[in-house]
Amino acid sequence: MSARDDVLARVRAAQAVEPLPDGPTPRDYRRHDDRRLPELLDLLVERLTDYQATVHRGDDATTLVRSVLGGRSLPSLVVPDGVPDAWRDGIPGGIDLLADDPPLSAVELDGVGGVLTGCRVAIAETGTLVLDGGPGQGRRMLSLVPDYCLVMVTADQVVGSVPQAVAVLDPSRPLTWVSGPSATSDIELNRVEGVHGPRTLDVILLG
Amino acid sequence: MSTFLGLPAPPGAPPTAPPGVGHLRGDRPFPEAAADALADPQLRHNLGRATRTIRGKRNAVVAELPDWAELRAAGAAIKDDVLAHLDTYLLQLEEKVTSAGGVVHWARDAAEANAIVLELVLAAGATEVVKVKSMATQETGLNEALAAGGVSAWETDLAELIVQLGDDAPSHILVPAIHRNRAEIREIFLRAMGGVGRAADPGLTDDPAALAEAARLHLRQKFLDAEVAISGANFAIAETGTLGVVESEGNGRMCLTLPRVLITVMGLEKVVPTWQDLEVFLQLLPRSSTGERMNPYTSTWTGVHPGDGPQEFHLVLLDNGRTAVLADPQGRSALRCIRCSACLNVCPVYERAGGHAYGSVYPGPIGAVLSPQLTGVAENPSLPFASSLCGACYDVCPVAIDIPSMLVHLRERVVEDKRAHSRIPTSEQALMSAAKWTMLRPGRWAAALRAGRAGRVLGRRRDRIGALPPPLSAWTSTRDLPRPPEQTFRDWWVSSNGGHAEDGGT
Amino acid sequence: MRVALFVTCLVDGVVPDVAKATVRLLRRLGVDVEVPLAQTCCGQMHINTGYAGQALPLVQQHADAFRGFDAVVTPSGSCAGSVRHQHPALAARSGQAGLQRQVEDLASRTYELSEFLVDVLGVTDVGAYYPHKVTFHPTCHSLRVLRVGDRPLRLLRAVQGLELVELPDAEVCCGFGGTFAVKNPDVSAAMLSDKLRHVLSTDAEICSAGDSSCLLHIGGGLSRTRAGVRTVHLAEILASEPVPA
Repeated sequence: MSARDDVLARVRAAQAVEPLPDGPTPRDYRRHDDRRLPELLDLLVERLTDYQATVHRGDDATTLVRSVLGGRSLPSLVVPDGVPDAWRDGIPGGIDLLADDPPLSAVELDGVGGVLTGCRVAIAETGTLVLDGGPGQGRRMLSLVPDYCLVMVTADQVVGSVPQAVAVLDPSRPLTWVSGPSATSDIELNRVEGVHGPRTLDVILLG
Repeated sequence: MSTFLGLPAPPGAPPTAPPGVGHLRGDRPFPEAAADALADPQLRHNLGRATRTIRGKRNAVVAELPDWAELRAAGAAIKDDVLAHLDTYLLQLEEKVTSAGGVVHWARDAAEANAIVLELVLAAGATEVVKVKSMATQETGLNEALAAGGVSAWETDLAELIVQLGDDAPSHILVPAIHRNRAEIREIFLRAMGGVGRAADPGLTDDPAALAEAARLHLRQKFLDAEVAISGANFAIAETGTLGVVESEGNGRMCLTLPRVLITVMGLEKVVPTWQDLEVFLQLLPRSSTGERMNPYTSTWTGVHPGDGPQEFHLVLLDNGRTAVLADPQGRSALRCIRCSACLNVCPVYERAGGHAYGSVYPGPIGAVLSPQLTGVAENPSLPFASSLCGACYDVCPVAIDIPSMLVHLRERVVEDKRAHSRIPTSEQALMSAAKWTMLRPGRWAAALRAGRAGRVLGRRRDRIGALPPPLSAWTSTRDLPRPPEQTFRDWWVSSNGGHAEDGGT
Repeated sequence: MRVALFVTCLVDGVVPDVAKATVRLLRRLGVDVEVPLAQTCCGQMHINTGYAGQALPLVQQHADAFRGFDAVVTPSGSCAGSVRHQHPALAARSGQAGLQRQVEDLASRTYELSEFLVDVLGVTDVGAYYPHKVTFHPTCHSLRVLRVGDRPLRLLRAVQGLELVELPDAEVCCGFGGTFAVKNPDVSAAMLSDKLRHVLSTDAEICSAGDSSCLLHIGGGLSRTRAGVRTVHLAEILASEPVPA
C-alpha cells in the first residue's frame, strides 16, 4: 500500500472509532467593522505607529513621497512596475532608481537602499498592510531584501477588520501581510525592530 | 478491575510515532528532569521573567477584542470539522496544490518524512538548506537526518539559531531559547558563528539589538546562497491549496521567497477547510502567541507563482502518530492545537520546570497531552502527571482544548497500560484499591479515620508533624502536616448529637 | 429546604473544625443542615490519579448518600468541582443511564459554600466578626472549574473588623494538585515557595481559602517559615462571632 493510501486508511479508521461532532461552524464573531472611514483611518495610523511604523498622512502623494524619501538619504530605490506617476514624480533626484525588469537577483537587491510599493488592503484594527504582488507592488522579494520599505496606502484600501480583508484578498496570489517592521522578541522577550526584513517601515496614507 | 473505561487499542488501530527517530521522548521521567531546572536559579529567573512578560501582553490584546469568546468557539469548531472530514480535506488539499504546480508527498512517520526531504534536497543538487522554524521537522529530527545524508541545515529563526549554535535543545514552542539570557547568547554567538559562516564581530555587546544585528549579518549570506528552503506551515487551506506561515523576523519570508526550491513539512491536522477560516486563525494565533494584534509577517502562497518565489514546491504531509491521536475520542481534540504556546506561558509547572523537562519538542501543558498520545502512553508515562490540574491552560487555549480533562484521561491510560504489562500491582494500585475498599463502607471509613489519629503521637510537641518516612516524606520535606484531630467530624457529629449537645442548640 | 453538608474526607479526618464552623454558620443563617453519615469520599483522588474505574462505585455511593436533599453544600471548591463536572462525565462514560441521571441531578444541587451563601441564601453579610488582617487565595478549582468569581471576597469584605489585603498573583496555583504534590514534589515545592512569598508580602496575619487541601499545603509551608502567619478556612472566618460581653 502506498503511504498515501495507508495514511488515508488510518484517518478513516480513527474517525470510525467514534464519530466527531459535525455541523455548521458558528461564526458569531464580528465580521464587519461598522466604524466610519475617518475613524478607521485614525485607528490604522494609531496601530501602525504602535508597531513602530512611521506614518505620514496627506492628499498630495508627490509632495509626501518627496518629503519622506528626502529624509531617508537612500542611495538607490527599486520601484516596481505599475507605480503611479504621482508617486514616482516625488522621488528626489540623486536616488538611483531601479526597475525590476529584467528581474533583479537577490544579491543585486541586497545592494539596493530601499523599495517603494503599493499594497492591496490595509486593516485598521491590527495595523496590517497586505501586499499581493499586483500593480505597483512587484515580486515578494522587492519588499523584503532591501533594508528600507515605503508602503503607499490609499483611504479606499482601508478596512476595519481581519474578516473584511480576507474577503477582498485573492488566495491564488502570493500574499504578504506586514504589521510593522521585521521584529524579534527572542532575546529575553525584548522586542528588537529589524532582523531580516526591512528595519525601517514608512507608510504614506493618502486621503 | 480490568478496563472498564480505558479503551484498549482495537486491532487495526493507527500506529503511534515509531521510536528511534525524532524528538518526542525524553530519556528521564519528568520529575527527575524538572529537578535540574529547579536547581538552576538563572534558568528560573529567565523563565519567570519571560513568561510573565508574554502573559501580560497576551492578556492585554485579548481583552481588546469584544468577540474573543466567539472567535474561540469558531476556532474550535473549525478544527473539529477538520478532524471529522480529515480524509476529504487532505485529498482536496492535494488536488489544489497539485493543480497549482506543487507536488504532494505523504509520510507515515518521521523516518519516511525525513527520507522524502533528503531525497528532494539531493535531487536539487544542494548540500546546504535554510530552514524556517518548524515544529514538525523538529519532531521528526530532520536536521540530524539531513546531516547523516551529508546536508547541512541552517536554522534561521533567531531563537533556533541560538539553540543550534549552542548545541542545545529548544525549550519553548514560540521562543525556543527562552532559557537563555543575553549574556549567554552573546557568548554563544562569539564562540560558534565563525565555525559555520560569517563570524560575529569580536566587539559584540549583549545589547539585544546588537545580537539581532549579528544574526542578520550571519544569516544574510546563507539566504542569498540557498538553493533549497525547508519550512513548516501554520495552515493549509483545502479549498484553495494555499499554505501559510506566520512569523516575525522575516527569516520566514527569506526562506519562502529567495530559494529556487521550497519543501514544506506539515502535520496532517494543519489543514483548514476554507480561505474564510483564515479570518479566525489570524486573529486567534498572533494574540495568543506573541501577544500582538498581528505578527509582523504572514506569508501565504499557492503552489508555484511564476516569476515570483520558488519555482519548485513540495508539500510533505506527516502522520507520525497523529492518526493514533485521532483514534482516541477523549484525546483527539489535542489535534486542534495551533502551536500558539499560550498554555506554556500560563502554566505554573512549565514556568518552574522549563521546556527541557518534558523531553519532547512539545513542552508545557499541550506537550503533556500531545507527546504521550503521539508516542503511546507507555513511552511518556510521567507527562500526564506533570500538572497540578490548575486549569489555567484551558482558559487561555484559543481553540478551547480541555487540557486538564485530557490529562486525567491520559493518567487512566497510563494506569491501564501499567496494569496490562504487569500482573503484580504497583504500590499505588494497592493503595488506591485499599482506599476504595475502605471508602465504600462508611463503617470501615469511620474506623480508618479514627485509626489515622494514631498519627497524633508524631506531632505531640507542637501540633505539627515535621518529618515522615517515604513516600510521605515527599510531603514533609518542605511542608509540615497538622497533628491529627482529637476526634473526626463524624464522631463529633454523632457524639454531640449534631453539635446540639455541645452548644446548646444555638 | 432540606440541606445536606458534604463534609469531604479530608475535612472529616484532618480538619473537622472546618465542618463544625460550616454547621455553625449555616445554623446561624437559619439553615438546619443535616449530615448524612453514608458519605465518605467523592473519589476525586482516584479520578485524578488515573483510577476512574475504582472511582465509579464511589461516585455511585456519593450519589446515594445525598439522595433526597434539595441542596448539598460543601466547604471545598475542589470536591464541589469534582461532583459537578467529573461525576457526570464519568457516569456518562460508564453507560449506566440511571446513574448518569442521578449524578447529573445531584450535580445541579451541589454548591461550594460561597456559592450557597450568595446564590441560594442570597446573603453576603453573614454577621461575622473577625478582627484580623486577612489575605485570600482563591484556589484553582473554585476559580476555573466552578467559576465562583468574587463571591468569597464579597463575603469577606462584609465581615466586621476584617481587613482584606490583596494577594499578588492570587490566581496562580499554590502547587498542591492532589497527588501532584507527591509525584512532582520539587515542582510543587517551588510553586509553594512562590505562593508563600506572595502571602508573606501582604503582611497578613491570616491566609484564607475555600479549600482545606490547598490550605493544608500552604499552611504546611507557612509553618516551616516560622513567620507566624496562619491558615484559616473561609468557613471558619464566616462562622466567627464577637465574643459576648
